[in-house]
Amino acid sequence: MADLGTFGGESDARARRFAAAFAFALGGVLCGALGGAPTASAAETAVDNAASRVPKPVVAISAPGQCVEDTQFMLRNHMELLKHHRDQTVHQGVRTTKYSLANCVACHASKETGRVTGSKDAFCESCHRFAAVTLDCFECHADHPPAGIATNAALPGGVPR
Amino acid sequence: MSGIDHARRQILAWGAAMAGVTLAPGVTLFQLAQGRPPAEPASKAVRWGMLVDANRCASDCDACVTACDKENGLSGARTPTSAQWIRKVTLTDLRGGPAKSAPVMCQHCAEPPCVDVCPTGASFKRADGIVLVDRHTCIGCRYCVMACPYQARSFVHEPVTDQKPEVPRGKGCVESCTLCVHRIDRDRIPACVEACAATGHKAILFGNLNDPASEISQRIAQFPTTALRPDLRLDPSVRYQGL
Repeated sequence: MADLGTFGGESDARARRFAAAFAFALGGVLCGALGGAPTASAAETAVDNAASRVPKPVVAISAPGQCVEDTQFMLRNHMELLKHHRDQTVHQGVRTTKYSLANCVACHASKETGRVTGSKDAFCESCHRFAAVTLDCFECHADHPPAGIATNAALPGGVPR
Repeated sequence: MSGIDHARRQILAWGAAMAGVTLAPGVTLFQLAQGRPPAEPASKAVRWGMLVDANRCASDCDACVTACDKENGLSGARTPTSAQWIRKVTLTDLRGGPAKSAPVMCQHCAEPPCVDVCPTGASFKRADGIVLVDRHTCIGCRYCVMACPYQARSFVHEPVTDQKPEVPRGKGCVESCTLCVHRIDRDRIPACVEACAATGHKAILFGNLNDPASEISQRIAQFPTTALRPDLRLDPSVRYQGL
């Protein structure tokens, strides 16, 4: 909104009105988001607390901490991030690890089994079973961190050597 | 034949020299080839290649083959349906004379027939000349297996378990030598080259063909080398000396 200061003079009155309208709209969106968030989470809690006939997925996170993005964002968009990163890696040789599947696996592998699939409580499989979404990644990709990498640790130096 | 090859090499060297000139001052091709940051895409300024010296390759040694199997998580089985990315080939003169032995793998052609025939775009050539299969797009039709004159590609017939994290592979896709792209991207040489050097033979030289100062370019400029099936004009990145 710093751009507001650059408008000046009567000839720019129209531009100023437009910017003000934009600011109002943006503020409305922000307020809506901030105000809406507690309501939504309260609703979710109510649903969680109610006795449900549907078994909920057990998302066991052995090392709770900060994921690469917000949890709600990751729930909805992890597949898009992975797909984008996979194309960059395979076709261009970009080897950053922030959104790499290897990084996901390194952090989220179970402490007991060292894997993200293979049981109904495993990190990836629990949700995918619940949502009945086929989990194809691990038909080719390893579902465990590389040898020598401790489970639940982000890859050292960001790059598996 | 040798005259044509010399001319082609000369043109290659000129092209590389011109590419060097167009770069910013202080930035050489050698520097680009070394230490590419993980976030930076592969560059056209580099063209990875290999020079195999058949005179140094021992006929009873298969260190490159076993190293490839180990590095890429291949079973090492030699049934008709098992994957093999690098083979030892023995060439015998029909009139007698000493047999020559050399490894043959994906030749990483500049004009790859496997890319031409791929119906989905899964077969592709990376900017730095490495020919790869994007298994996410591969439908396993095996046109590329038919098109490759070097028989370098394998099809995965059986379900694969316990893959290496750096080398994902699975049933239903075609695969071949990746020039150990996962190692190259982290400034390491391919596993076969490392294994060959460890045996002391040093028959495989790996380097940047676009850099006229690299050891591989110097050797190609200095000694007569050839491509396999040069009549096909595929301009492979793998060249052979002493065949």
